[in-house]
Amino acid sequence: MDRIIQLALSGIANGAIFALVALGFVLIYKSSDVINFAQGELLLIGAYLTYAMVEQFGLWWPAGVVVAVALAAVVGVLIEQLVLRPLIGEPAISVIMVTIGLSSLLRAIVGAIWGVTPRPAPQFLPTDTVTILGANVGVDRIWAFGLAIALFALLTLFFRFSREGIAMRAVADDQQAALSMGISVKKVWAVAWAIAAITAAVGGILLMSIFGGVSGTIGRVGLLVFPVVILGGLDSIPGAIIGGLIIGLLQSFAGGLLPPEWGLGEVAPFIILLFILLVRPYGLFGQRIIERV
Amino acid sequence: MLSLNNIEVIYNDVVLVLKGLSLEVPEGRIVALLGSNGAGKSTTLKAISGLLKPENGEVTDGEILFQGQPIHKKDAAEIVRMGIFQVMEGRRVFEHLTVEENLRAGAYTQPLGRFSEDLALVYNYFPRLKERRNQVAGFLSGGEQQMLAIGRALMAHPKLIMLDEPSLGLAPLLVAEIFEIIRRINREQGTTILLVEQNARLALESAHHAYIMENGRIVLDGSPADLKDNADVREFYLGLNEIGSRKSYREVKHYKRRKRWLS
Ligand SMILES: Nc1ncnc2c1ncn2[C@@H]1O[C@H](COP(=O)(O)OP(=O)(O)O)[C@@H](O)[C@H]1O
Ligand SMILES: [Mg+2]
Repeated sequence: MDRIIQLALSGIANGAIFALVALGFVLIYKSSDVINFAQGELLLIGAYLTYAMVEQFGLWWPAGVVVAVALAAVVGVLIEQLVLRPLIGEPAISVIMVTIGLSSLLRAIVGAIWGVTPRPAPQFLPTDTVTILGANVGVDRIWAFGLAIALFALLTLFFRFSREGIAMRAVADDQQAALSMGISVKKVWAVAWAIAAITAAVGGILLMSIFGGVSGTIGRVGLLVFPVVILGGLDSIPGAIIGGLIIGLLQSFAGGLLPPEWGLGEVAPFIILLFILLVRPYGLFGQRIIERV
Repeated sequence: MLSLNNIEVIYNDVVLVLKGLSLEVPEGRIVALLGSNGAGKSTTLKAISGLLKPENGEVTDGEILFQGQPIHKKDAAEIVRMGIFQVMEGRRVFEHLTVEENLRAGAYTQPLGRFSEDLALVYNYFPRLKERRNQVAGFLSGGEQQMLAIGRALMAHPKLIMLDEPSLGLAPLLVAEIFEIIRRINREQGTTILLVEQNARLALESAHHAYIMENGRIVLDGSPADLKDNADVREFYLGLNEIGSRKSYREVKHYKRRKRWLS
């Protein structure tokens, strides 16, 4: 029983991180119909930038995190302006090919700067454990969960009450009508990429602290956004959150309860992905217009 | 205030839709642009508001002047900021946003300090929107959505509002209510209005001047009184014959044939 609770709690904490990363993916898709295959690399960039700030430039770690997240946002905006903006009006499949290419390019750049061998990184989050309902849980997981929730709350306020947040939702609903009221769709796309890069960077940084190191593995975790968004619906923010939690739990239970030699923890999310694509291709919460992509 | 001089519009680099169209909208007036389906009315409005680009359309000849300034090279956001607001055909409210969030989106170009005052003005014209302020716009009735679309325009403080078929798909009683409010906005706010309609009878009752277009060109213009007296307009757009009674379906069909042959 303790084991179950422990797996559930760590699954939820991981799931919150997956949800955060998936949220950025959904924002980009909703506002510009772009399927961003480079979302995992944005995680990697956030983590390595923090590593550079703290370990290589010697910044005090909260300052390093803030600088890294800000730089990641800049990278997101640059990607939108330099790579995606010229592709407006191109067929969806070309845009997909470009974001796939972009993901290899970003991985290559990270590899060129920091190499491919894993590097130990500071664990900012407390590493001790507490006992909840009889199960031992890492305090870092609780922090990760809490920070993810706080970021969600902040973004919810942004989308409900700020001018740019409402403009983003308007563009997602009806781009031409949004244009007709003077809303700058280009600005909305830039903001969407900035937010996607920020949420991914925060996800990457939390994983770095939990793993106690940086490596390409963090980018591989980013791949989990696909099962998450396919499950939740490409265009649904609540779907990203619930999908993230479900995939987090699933991965945790499949890895922890089934015989380890099956190695199902890693692949279970992708088995679900295939299953969902077969029975409900628009996801649990998505609108039924996926054929367009 | 607004003048279009010999405008040509082409879609997808090949389809010529406006073929040398000219019209004038004087300040403070309601001008109607009438014509049957496919005549190019919506295209005309999009050419003015800068909304052709996302549809792969382009003004290839002629010029559009707003308060003396050429605007046919500007983008939609600039044109809204200059004071032209198009209420698109089919209402196009943001369905997942609440009524008030839709109005906020309409106020995108305006200083934040003005918001509550403008909101009060919109609710004064459309009390029904106030009742539904926190409802999601997708669940409003067609008439309420049209009110929201016009309210959204008011939030932007336009000098010129262009309305594309505001009567489309609405019950006659509601249409009368909405047209009354359009006249009030014109009178009380001094907002100039360019009104596109297929329903000629209705538009002629509100407008100070009207243009009739066919096949990408203006074919006739004049005061509503003149146009109502014009035999062709009576036949083709008001569905009346010489004695003033409604035409039978067969006769209308006959005229449609003749009209197609003439154009
Ligand atoms: N985006 C577009 N691409 C190509 N042709 C178009 C487009 N929009 C309208 N048209 C064509 O232009 C003509 C005029 O259309 P429109 O301006 O919508 O007419 P109206 O509003 O008077 O009904 C029609 O023949 C229509 O098929
Ligand atoms: Mg039309």
